[in-house]
Amino acid sequence: MEYRTVLTTCTYCGCGCGFYLTVMDGRVVDTIPCKTNPVNEGKLCIKGWNVHEFIHSPNRLTQPLLRKNGTLTPVSWDEALDFTAARLREIKEAHGSDSVAFLASAKVTNEENYLIQKFARAAVGTNNVDHCARL
Amino acid sequence: MVDEIKARVQQLLASGKIKGFLGLREMHGQVGPYLFTDGSDLDGLVAGDRKSPGDSRYPLNRQLMMIAGHYPKETFGVLIRGCDERGLKTLFSSNQLNPEKVVPVGIACPQELADACECMKPFPDEFVAGEPGEGRPFGTVERIESLTLDERFELWMAEFAKCIKCYGCRNICPMCYCRECTLESKDFVSIGSLPPESPIFHLTRAVHMAGRCIDCGLCNEACPAGIPVRTLYKKVADIVQQEFNLRPGYDSPNAEQSSSSVGEAARH
Repeated sequence: MEYRTVLTTCTYCGCGCGFYLTVMDGRVVDTIPCKTNPVNEGKLCIKGWNVHEFIHSPNRLTQPLLRKNGTLTPVSWDEALDFTAARLREIKEAHGSDSVAFLASAKVTNEENYLIQKFARAAVGTNNVDHCARL
Repeated sequence: MVDEIKARVQQLLASGKIKGFLGLREMHGQVGPYLFTDGSDLDGLVAGDRKSPGDSRYPLNRQLMMIAGHYPKETFGVLIRGCDERGLKTLFSSNQLNPEKVVPVGIACPQELADACECMKPFPDEFVAGEPGEGRPFGTVERIESLTLDERFELWMAEFAKCIKCYGCRNICPMCYCRECTLESKDFVSIGSLPPESPIFHLTRAVHMAGRCIDCGLCNEACPAGIPVRTLYKKVADIVQQEFNLRPGYDSPNAEQSSSSVGEAARH
């Protein structure tokens, strides 16, 4: 028999609401907003309330995929990164730096967000930087 | 209060009467629901009064329904206050929980919480800790009823306009157990628009609370927009009592007082 409540933080936006995920027999089945968390005080938005629903989704990506001959094919990280770097360079050279945009994340550290904007501005040469919470 | 609860839970677990006790535990600096299964390890068990009375109450009955659904043969203990007991009684009578498989461990709410909740009966029939407070009439309902109809309508429409449609009032509700929810039916609620259709969205939920709401107030506490939905459901409960002589969770509504006379009756 397993019933556990696991205290964790919402993955959706930068607010960082606290909640408990209810685990029954190895599966996450429910979300309960944490009443004592000073950030959300027992409240959640509709995304937070349903956060447990994507955890076991078979549609989640678990490894890099590359479209080869029209079909998404699992590849190594090296191959995926080499391909991405080569295409970014091609696109930039053919259409200019502002043909590329970067989406950072509200759920990573300041330092990582600094790195991605630095990469966008210094390496690629664009100010097209936005973040996931606007998606 | 905690010591009395611990003693009772320890006894229940040691005797093998219950497989687990669904209560509250303070861990990692936060208070949340927890299933205690070992009587010798009740560290962190709390009553849900962290900084102020009742500030960390959770819909334990709702979680209990989930656990009981997975383990229908097992018996579980559960921490209850007056409102939770009304919930249990209603869930028993609507066949959502089996009374033979639930062992409630009751606590009485302090007067401060009873006042804030305007609770008619802030204690369960039996409790192991706390002093039974006095019941309180629904002052919030009376205040709104003192307004003219136009003023009331304006007030509620302004409140409903703040709704961000998070469904928190429904999701936290220990009495919302329907498999299909009208609030997700395309025939009633348009998808993808904010605020939700007003006042239909909120009034639909209010009507569905008739004969069901046990006035725990968790909906108010879960609302990010601060809409006083509880006041609406209190009024619905008053109407149901008037019209059908029914107040969910009270054994004999005839003997129970209406919200307007509760202050008087509770002192008898």
